[in-house]
Amino acid sequence: MNLRLLTTAAAIALFTLAGCTKTGGDKPEESATIKIGQIASMTGKEATFGQQVDDGIKLAIEEINNAGGLLGKKLELITEDTQSQTPPTKTAMEKLVSKDQVVAVIGEVASSRSMAAAPIAERAKVTLISPASTNTNVTLDKDGKTLNYVYRICFIDPFQGTVMAKFASENLKAKNIAILKDNANDYSVGLAKNFTETFTKNGGTIVEEQAYEGGQTDFKAQLTAIKAKNPEAIFVPGYYTEVSLIAQQARELGIKAPLLGGDGWDSPVLTQGAAKEALEGSFFSNHYSEQDTSAVVLEFIKRFKAKYNEVPGAMSALGYDAMNIIAKIIKDSGKADAETIAKGLATLKDYPGVTGKITIDPQHNANKPAVVLQIKDGKYSYYSTINP
Amino acid sequence: MEEFLQQVINGLSLGAIYALIALGYTMIYGVLRFINFAHGDVFMVGAYIGFFVYPFLSEALGTGYLTAIAVLVAAMLGCGLLGVVIEFLAYRPLRNRPKLTVLITAIGVSLFLEYTGQIDFVFGADYKTYPTLVERSAVFSGSGLSLGSDQVIVFVVAIGLMLLLRVIVMNTKIGTAMRAVSMNLGAASLMGINTNRVISFTFFLGSALAGAGATLYAMSYPKINPLMGVLPGLKAFVAAVLGGIGNVPGAVFGSFFIGTAETMTAGYISPTFRDAIVFGILILILIFKPSGLLGKGGVEKV
Repeated sequence: MNLRLLTTAAAIALFTLAGCTKTGGDKPEESATIKIGQIASMTGKEATFGQQVDDGIKLAIEEINNAGGLLGKKLELITEDTQSQTPPTKTAMEKLVSKDQVVAVIGEVASSRSMAAAPIAERAKVTLISPASTNTNVTLDKDGKTLNYVYRICFIDPFQGTVMAKFASENLKAKNIAILKDNANDYSVGLAKNFTETFTKNGGTIVEEQAYEGGQTDFKAQLTAIKAKNPEAIFVPGYYTEVSLIAQQARELGIKAPLLGGDGWDSPVLTQGAAKEALEGSFFSNHYSEQDTSAVVLEFIKRFKAKYNEVPGAMSALGYDAMNIIAKIIKDSGKADAETIAKGLATLKDYPGVTGKITIDPQHNANKPAVVLQIKDGKYSYYSTINP
Repeated sequence: MEEFLQQVINGLSLGAIYALIALGYTMIYGVLRFINFAHGDVFMVGAYIGFFVYPFLSEALGTGYLTAIAVLVAAMLGCGLLGVVIEFLAYRPLRNRPKLTVLITAIGVSLFLEYTGQIDFVFGADYKTYPTLVERSAVFSGSGLSLGSDQVIVFVVAIGLMLLLRVIVMNTKIGTAMRAVSMNLGAASLMGINTNRVISFTFFLGSALAGAGATLYAMSYPKINPLMGVLPGLKAFVAAVLGGIGNVPGAVFGSFFIGTAETMTAGYISPTFRDAIVFGILILILIFKPSGLLGKGGVEKV
């Protein structure tokens, strides 16, 4: 009895003390920098997604800091690696919002991982801005209500799926298409669903629908089943790691139809090795084209090349835009706190980004056009722009 | 019908790769009576050896079959040596301890290889694209069937190596010694066989086959990462158990069976079940015929 009393007393004392340091200190010391967090797949299966976004963000921060920073302070980026997996994503997000106390977090590219981080952002009241997660549910809670602190600066799957379906029936004049989707990936499943809806509404037929699970390497069984139906094109809304293997195995089985896909294809390693020939002539939708000749894109490419000595991919462009949007909000409002950034994003209109004019809609999605790129000689060549 | 035949070809070419890995499991079990769970990770290292030596070899020999063969040999030698080193450092000091101790050590070695491999200055955790050793094309394509160049190479190399292994085991002095050791280690040593040398050689041979399997696997599925050995390793292990662990023809048969079962499941039922079916087979065989389809009876305590 006595012991229990003692422990209870000790516990109460501890809690009060802990409470004291927290409330009493309020803001222990004004931090010397404005901290921005990033959760990104720097390693693992989708490593190039994270690395590219990181390049874009770092370029933006360097430019801002060289111009004197914001509100008299420098920007500081704290990057946490998600290893292309969900559990480390949650840990990374928790660390950024609690230990590092960042004012906003940029990330993840993969929709599944953004969805894992979103509830943490909402609870901690820290804005999460995904540069490239296109699944509809990323900014919504499980009841379909828009989350207050989760935003994205890219278009969403219904739009991307529709773009490719429209493209298949109008530009390719295809009637029969097969789908090979990643069943374990929210992004891929969403794209496949929206593609099917639009394509069948336009009078086309999905002759075969097959699935795989991310991380697999052998797709011959599914491709053999697809080949038997002789489709005019195959829609593969997956990520580049699997897509490059799928393309090679399809060609080897004698499938000549072009592959179609979404922005998950965008990676410098997509067309490495034998995948270069296998993907020749295939199409995918993306956020921006490096062949765009508008002034803002040309300027971005010039600066990016000066820093990294290579042509930026779409993920870098999106990272760059995300960081600059946060900076603009901080600059315009004169305040660098999570609440202000969330409000600023909600009212963002016609922001002239590298990846197009960005307007945030009431569901926190960006309204902007998509481009369709064709793979030629292992490079992405601009094919057409499709507006919302 | 064409679709079915195509799936059979797909399944057999996957099975041929499993067979090269399964042979290592079965041979090591044969001489030492324990399952080397690090075998799948030796396989992974084999893929990375190919990845790292290719630039040098292709510079010296140009691109073509000669380089491909050189890469294969390099991966086999590298893995063989790795196997010998692992046996010497991790298993030999425990030779007279309970089998369970060695089994746990094997799992430790496996994790060591997987996680050391993920360190940035070793292999790195991200996926790497394996170089194109041989141009991929459809060697035969007609009446709905298609046989890829890599599938042909997989068959030829795998079956060639299996025959070579048979010759070594059945027709050479060291092979006779291996068989003697596998029957009774103590008695073999009393008969004047240098058992340590025989065991080292077995590890070399088994690991070299894993290196060959890795080269063929990475050639067919040219994305490699430090965890790539886990699943093929487990499946080859299931194949070895299915055929009767310790039994060389059994491992080959089991591998072709597993490869085909996996492909058929993915093609006709659902790809979600492709791994489940393999481990389902393992459970069934352990319940109904634990000694394997071609194995001899006898109680084994691990």
